[in-house]
Amino acid sequence: MNIWRGHFFSLAFVAAGCLLTGCNKSSPGPNAGGDVIKVGEYGSLTGSEASFGQSTHKGIQQAVDEINAAGGVLGKKIELHTEDDQSQAGQAATVVRKLISSDGVVALLGEVASSRSLEAAPICQQSGIPMISPSSTNPKVTEVGDYIFRVCFIDPFQGTVMANFATKTVQAHTAAVLTDVKSDYSLGLAKFFKEQFLASGGKIVDEEKYSGGDKDFNAQLTAIKAASPEVVFVPGYYTEVGLIALQARQLGINVPLLGGDGWESPTLIPVGGKALEGDSFSTHFSADNTSPEVQAYLTTYKKRYNETSDAMAPLGYDAMMILADAIKRAGTTDGAKVRDALAATKDFKGVTGNITIDPNRNASKSAVILTITNGAIKYIQTVAP
Amino acid sequence: MTELLQQLINGLALGSILALIALGYTMVYGILRFINFAHGDVFMLGAFAGFYLAPKIATFVPLPSVAGALIIFGLSMVICAALGVLIERLAYKPLRKRPKLTVLITAIGVSLFLEYAGQFFFGAANKKFPDILPTWPVTKVLGLSVNSNQLIVLAVTLLLLLGLRFIVMKTRMGRAMRAVSFNPEAAALMGVNTDIVISFTFALGSALAAAAGILYAINYPSIDPLMGIMPGLKAFVAAVLGGIGNLPGAALGGIIIGVTETLVSGYISSTYRDAIAFAILIVILLVKPSGLLGKKEVEKV
Repeated sequence: MNIWRGHFFSLAFVAAGCLLTGCNKSSPGPNAGGDVIKVGEYGSLTGSEASFGQSTHKGIQQAVDEINAAGGVLGKKIELHTEDDQSQAGQAATVVRKLISSDGVVALLGEVASSRSLEAAPICQQSGIPMISPSSTNPKVTEVGDYIFRVCFIDPFQGTVMANFATKTVQAHTAAVLTDVKSDYSLGLAKFFKEQFLASGGKIVDEEKYSGGDKDFNAQLTAIKAASPEVVFVPGYYTEVGLIALQARQLGINVPLLGGDGWESPTLIPVGGKALEGDSFSTHFSADNTSPEVQAYLTTYKKRYNETSDAMAPLGYDAMMILADAIKRAGTTDGAKVRDALAATKDFKGVTGNITIDPNRNASKSAVILTITNGAIKYIQTVAP
Repeated sequence: MTELLQQLINGLALGSILALIALGYTMVYGILRFINFAHGDVFMLGAFAGFYLAPKIATFVPLPSVAGALIIFGLSMVICAALGVLIERLAYKPLRKRPKLTVLITAIGVSLFLEYAGQFFFGAANKKFPDILPTWPVTKVLGLSVNSNQLIVLAVTLLLLLGLRFIVMKTRMGRAMRAVSFNPEAAALMGVNTDIVISFTFALGSALAAAAGILYAINYPSIDPLMGIMPGLKAFVAAVLGGIGNLPGAALGGIIIGVTETLVSGYISSTYRDAIAFAILIVILLVKPSGLLGKKEVEKV
């Protein structure tokens, strides 16, 4: 009797497990018909950078629905195939291979994190499938090959912008840098910030490192405090930044923290709270922009998802829109022709600004700097390239 | 000097949380001779229990307050104790007479199940843990910044350790636990109900994990379903370092790991933090294979 009961429970356990993993997967299934254009998206829908992946997905989905409502591209509807890489190294390559070989997508959109874009880019390049990263800012991503594009600015620009902000607006002469060693994005941003900060006569008094996923930064922050910098540059992701700010204030570090677009997330302020007061970061998009395109986008987004858009969603939206525009101009979904059309993109009116693809397949566009004041994110200035 | 003391305080606060988790590993090992890898995820569930209880408690006890925090602590510990017993009954008990390896693999399975079920039900994004405990301003003592949360962690850990020591050494159930840990067959022949003792051990370990989860969330108020993996792993190492199966050893191991980690990232390199901390462990285990307090202590629970 006992044995049977035991077996029953183990079975129930396994069955429940299968049920859950089954529900988690999005499996569109192969579509034999040629009346749709299949576009692949890979992103961090779960895991540590889930907030980025989810927002990007919402932006892309909104663009797909708007394109389809307006009659699609080349008379065909866009069909979006989305795969989750769980914010894990190694997963991006796996899901991108699946999207290309078994789903048969004609182009790929993704990722936010530079590390995972760098994983998928060589696969897209070898397969001759154009890939557009909505928001990977590390320069190496598009250096992989001529099929890899992005619709955001790159780290040298962002690092320079924040170094100039530190020296001119904050008027700091000394800075400390706290980098996430697990992230190509963070390392790149730190490098270009340091170069520009030193070039403008500043001094880097301390460099500390952490690994993405850490929760305790007291050791590094204690060392930073001992070096007493006038500003601390934290080019990390929102997941850690909120906790870093909290612990920095508790240790009595009262100078401004600066960062990049990795800070941009609805969960930043709830976690960091008052500790983030007076801190600033550079990003791609400000909801304070009054242009009709931006306002139309924001209204639709709010209506669809009942939340305010961050910067990741409009980049996903623009990536999809630029891809649709390129397919339209190419007149075909052939990889090489779409690539040429993408490379020729000039002054595209996106919701994140006017986008021109430069010869290195990076977007040339302006950055905005935002500051956290009274628990809200306030627009400070726009910096042109 | 001030910096060194500050780093020691940081390390002590981190280490005491690891110590609380390590106790759960070591108790289960002492009784059943197997590593319950799902223990780190019970720690995560403790934090989430607190997260979902806080708004309900706030309707009749204003938060943040000491009374509210105590209620949340208590309820979350009870919930996790029940979950721990449930996990043992459903997943481990049917395998009790099977090879230890089978149970170990099952434990890894339960751990993954809890992590991904957590992502399914709670959502994958990190959540802000509510402020349940009032904090007083950062105090400056001799140039050191000590915040109230760090002190609370130390105090609560100490209290729970003393409470555990009392249960194991002074109660009938504690005596039964020690008996089962020495020899389960002999204990059963002497009339000890081993099933109840094992359930009680899981309940106790899971309750401590829940307390650790909430303490962790108070200090690092960003919680997600995968938050238990690293602390769980480090607490397991702490338990081995102190001598697995030995209660004071687990506590000591936790503190040593916390302090080592903090000092390594503060003075050497945070990139190699885990590598150096673990290298130290390897050296200690080479010299004392049974762990720091592994052999000397007679009581094993």
